[in-house]
Amino acid sequence: MTKLLEMKNLNVRFKGKRTVHAINDVSLSMEQGETLALLGESGSGKSVTLKTLLGLLPPKRSEIDGSIHVNGTDIMSLRGKALQRYRGGEVSMVFQEPALALDPVYTVGHQIAESVMRHKGVNKAEAMSTALDMLDRVRIPSANRRLHNYPHELSGGMRQRVMIALALACRPRLLLADEPTTALDATVQIQILLLLRELQKEFGMGVIFVTHDIGVAVEISERIAVMYAGQVVEEGTTHEIIRDARHPYTQGLLAANLHDVARGERLNAIPGAPPALEVRPDSCPFAPRCPVAMPECAAGLPPLHLPSDRRRVACLRAAQPLAAE
Amino acid sequence: MAMAEATSIHAPEKVEKSKGYWSGVGHRLVRDPLTMFCLAVIAALILSAVFAPYLGLADPYKGSMIARLKPIGAPGYPLGTDEQGRDMLARLIYGGRLTLFIGLMPVVIAFFAGSILGITAGYVGGLTNTIIMRTVDVFFAFPSVLLAIAISGALGAGIVNSLVSLTIVFIPPITRVAEAVTSGVRKLDYIDAARASGASAWTVIRVHVIGNVLSPIFVYATSLTSVCMILAAGLSFLGIGVRPPEPEWGLMLNTLRSVIYVNPWLSALPGVMIFVTSLCLNLLSDGLRSAMNVRD
Repeated sequence: MTKLLEMKNLNVRFKGKRTVHAINDVSLSMEQGETLALLGESGSGKSVTLKTLLGLLPPKRSEIDGSIHVNGTDIMSLRGKALQRYRGGEVSMVFQEPALALDPVYTVGHQIAESVMRHKGVNKAEAMSTALDMLDRVRIPSANRRLHNYPHELSGGMRQRVMIALALACRPRLLLADEPTTALDATVQIQILLLLRELQKEFGMGVIFVTHDIGVAVEISERIAVMYAGQVVEEGTTHEIIRDARHPYTQGLLAANLHDVARGERLNAIPGAPPALEVRPDSCPFAPRCPVAMPECAAGLPPLHLPSDRRRVACLRAAQPLAAE
Repeated sequence: MAMAEATSIHAPEKVEKSKGYWSGVGHRLVRDPLTMFCLAVIAALILSAVFAPYLGLADPYKGSMIARLKPIGAPGYPLGTDEQGRDMLARLIYGGRLTLFIGLMPVVIAFFAGSILGITAGYVGGLTNTIIMRTVDVFFAFPSVLLAIAISGALGAGIVNSLVSLTIVFIPPITRVAEAVTSGVRKLDYIDAARASGASAWTVIRVHVIGNVLSPIFVYATSLTSVCMILAAGLSFLGIGVRPPEPEWGLMLNTLRSVIYVNPWLSALPGVMIFVTSLCLNLLSDGLRSAMNVRD
């Protein structure tokens, strides 16, 4: 079976007044139907990775190299009609802010139907009944009435359900979810996460779930890739990442939660801020904030340590037994 | 899950017909009495102008030396006669033909031209934007009245020339508004979302950009119609628009100016027509603005 996603040595640079090395040598691979969480803080390159996957980056200002294959198709070479069939048909995306990602002047049914007509070549009536079916599948009550609502007439959670229905209407093989729960309040977040998990099983599609919330990542995904400064610093199954995090940054993220912290005690945060990516990192980008940094860390990029199949850690210390902190 | 089971037995229903955007706009307009009143006044003016020859009016060109400057309400002349003894009612109604035509056409043409220029500049951006917008900026250096007078003066008097000059005057502000709303819309997520769902560049522009920018541009353009009417009347008043003996409100205002001490009410009539029309157009544009806003 062909791999769902095979991304090799992706580099993305944004030119302009200042150059930003947004993605540096990222490689990812996914099997069919797998759920991968991209975990990292703002500016670590998560969203840029997704936009590159859909070819949404502004062509004039971005330099992309590396290779991306989705279901065996080289998507970097897609142009025109083929690219339009691929976007939304093969891979589609759920955006972070559903209030902004739905067009305010069209009813939600119209928007879903438009995408269905585009990809399936069916007439308006059929597309509308597909839209209705999709609204049912994302568990929107009285879908028939909601079909004719404008986005502003729906609540935030409802809008995100519509966004998911829109993304899934053409049965993509890979769904990209860009922090789909960040703009929602906590109770709705859980509902949307559960819904995505159910739909993922129902449709058997792969999902890349971008988040900065490690709790969300654990909840939804089978595998986690931790990104920092435009690189994947650690990757493994969710179990491996939680139980046996090897990279000090992952360990820091896991430690920085609210559980087991007594009232009044300081939270366990990682000191400092991520580096500005104006120059391409030539040593471990996390070293300045790393509690266990060694002089060698500043000498060059850390080699990838591969403890087991499909598990990797970019840290010099990963090979050594963990130092007690 | 309980919720999943509940929906799986949910039988597929038939899709109801959508009501559509314009029926919603119509519905909101009907419930706004002031706007409906203004709409009725404008409609009456346009209809009476279009069907003027069938209304049994006197000949608007035929003067009479003995029936000059009859007051309003004189027998046989409901609105009196002008300085050459021509029936004022007929002249005012026939005058609506030219005045409304010259007042509305430039805005209609400028609406299309300005929208195309502005949407192109806003969506494409970069050098194209710079070229279009800087060219447009040149026209902003002149006050609109002066610009209209200057262009008309250079082209010479006449109906076509005043149409051309007024169109040129109104393209820059409409382009400006179109460019501003388009570049605002272009950055929004739903444009990216549409591209992410496989829409071609043309579909994105046609459906998502134009769908979102057209109603603000349209509302802005309707607010310009009253200005345009006043400018058109002003050009005629100055003698560089319509030429006598054509009935046109601005021109009539000019010729009746000389009798303001003899019969002030009479000389005010064309002004009243201009005032009423432009007021109604302004109020109509306000009403449209609120009716076309789906968001609240």
